[in-house]
Amino acid sequence: MIEGARWRRWIFFNLPLVLFVVGLLFPFYWMMVTTVRPDAELYRPWMAPNYTPFWTLHPTLDHIRYLLGETLFGRWMLNTFFISVLATAISLFCGLLAGYALSRLKFPFAGSLGTGIFITYLVPQTLLFIPLADIIRNFRLGDTPWALILTYPTFLIPFCTWLLMGYFKAIPRELEECARIDGATRWQAMVYIIFPAAVPGILSAGIFAFTLSWNEFIYALVFLSSPEQKTVSVGITSELVRGDVFYWGSLMAGALLGSVPVAIIYSFFVEYYVAGITGSVKG
Amino acid sequence: MAPVIIRNLNKKFDEFHAVKNVNLEIRDKEFVVLVGPSGCGKTTTLRIVAGLESITSGEILIGERVVNALPPMDRDIAMVFQNYALYPHMSVYDNMAFGLKMRGFDRAEIVKRVQVAAEILGIQDHLGRKPRQLSGGQRQRVALGRAIVRHPQVFLFDEPLSNLDAKLRVQMRVEIKKIHDRLGTTAVYVTHDQVEAMTLGDRVVVMKDGVVQQIGEPLELYNEPANRFVAGFIGSPAMNFATVALADAEGALWAHHEGIHIKLPDRVARQLRQHVGKNVTLGIRPEDLRVASGGDTSDLSFDAMIEVIEKLGSQILLDVKAGPSTMVAAVEPSVQAKVHDRVRLALNPNRLHFFDDVSQAAI
Repeated sequence: MIEGARWRRWIFFNLPLVLFVVGLLFPFYWMMVTTVRPDAELYRPWMAPNYTPFWTLHPTLDHIRYLLGETLFGRWMLNTFFISVLATAISLFCGLLAGYALSRLKFPFAGSLGTGIFITYLVPQTLLFIPLADIIRNFRLGDTPWALILTYPTFLIPFCTWLLMGYFKAIPRELEECARIDGATRWQAMVYIIFPAAVPGILSAGIFAFTLSWNEFIYALVFLSSPEQKTVSVGITSELVRGDVFYWGSLMAGALLGSVPVAIIYSFFVEYYVAGITGSVKG
Repeated sequence: MAPVIIRNLNKKFDEFHAVKNVNLEIRDKEFVVLVGPSGCGKTTTLRIVAGLESITSGEILIGERVVNALPPMDRDIAMVFQNYALYPHMSVYDNMAFGLKMRGFDRAEIVKRVQVAAEILGIQDHLGRKPRQLSGGQRQRVALGRAIVRHPQVFLFDEPLSNLDAKLRVQMRVEIKKIHDRLGTTAVYVTHDQVEAMTLGDRVVVMKDGVVQQIGEPLELYNEPANRFVAGFIGSPAMNFATVALADAEGALWAHHEGIHIKLPDRVARQLRQHVGKNVTLGIRPEDLRVASGGDTSDLSFDAMIEVIEKLGSQILLDVKAGPSTMVAAVEPSVQAKVHDRVRLALNPNRLHFFDDVSQAAI
């Protein structure tokens, strides 16, 4: 908190905070306004006397009705959900074991292996999709959910491993030693003591992984082609932009509804999630 | 309850030789304290007994068994850690019950044992709480309880009181002593605090640089330190040391130090015969110095100037300068003294310690 006169607090703390919040929330507000704005208002020129860009006086549900009725939006949501949950589960499982091993076990090349995993995370997806497309074709997985469920872990596992590795390192070693003296094997100590103590870290890794797969665009765009296989992010941009015609209302409705599940998950786990990023377990 | 025997124990971490040829026999029901400055190998030794570190060479016996190759869980020991190491996601009850559950005890027995331990430690009202809801002292009690319920052969303590504030530390020290008297379990206790070592240990092992310096009962270490390190480490305020030259004159043995000349008593002189003409280190504890009357010209006293006065209540510490060297004298609180006063200090002739200047061993 900034010490000093009240005006200083306003200038240096409250004002930037307000600007920041407005800047962050404005896109969502724009999405909502556009979703409920009738077409007549959407395509009104900006010099028109009744031009009101920031609000609408005639809200309509037409765009949402079109999105849910005339497109495969429901199907896309289900696809995305299925793919994200499975990809997250696979990545968390591998990340947990790898993170634990890299942070706790002594074995040759542990350090360089950890760095190696991190480096794979740094390879941009825009390069990686080219060889991956080849692999997907060889395994005949193209245009199936498995194309994404098996490729998302290529960036999710390094991510989860590194996040959990840091988290495991923050858990006092004595906790595990004590469990082993208490009669637990290394495996039992890991499952009964270390994993439960790491729940905030595991949850935040899971939420991050889920969000990353939910929002993923390029792999979904490349590996899926038929409309009924698509994910939300690809579905609405490919099916609601036809040629140079943008169905702005339905596009925004899709974006709005598509961000709801992530928002719900965040709000449920926000406390764990903050604890997972900022803190560790203290006895 | 079992003896613990450590034979020719060595531990190397890569190039670093952390524990050097340690031999120690801990009797059944004994409370042994390992003490020394940080990095002296005491914690490593304890962790080796626990099975948390491997042995480079040597043997550990718990009871009759050689346990070198046994994992921690099979050694029938319990350990209390400095940072408590409570399982953060478990209640106090579950923390204490975990070891018993892992070993397949039935529920009724677990409940009974946890209850008994909780009563001994006065934490029966907190069994449902999580560790983070407890104060430091309560957490340490839970950690003790977790060790007690197991009825192990040996308790291992790794600086269990270091994270507590001074007052609580004294209180818990007494409780640990009481619990040990009551349960009679063999205990090995590691600390860097010599007061803790002296008050808790039936015997104390002083270590430095991975080597055992001396093993003995607390007063034995205090009164007859084996070498200069032990002499300086045990006791607070620490022993005063001065390098003195020994010389024969007037049919007696004299110790000379920077213009101070002390005539040594005959008994001491006999022991020092073969060091005549050499330098040795003279050690004297602060409480073995007393303020002599100004007219005291005895051969066991010297003049000094007071630099600092520390009034502790039960005694007064005088930091004095005698010649170029400084010393501390612990004197009666009734002594009237002011800074920059000149005083005459007398040594207690029966409490002089001499150490070889080369080997540092007591003479």
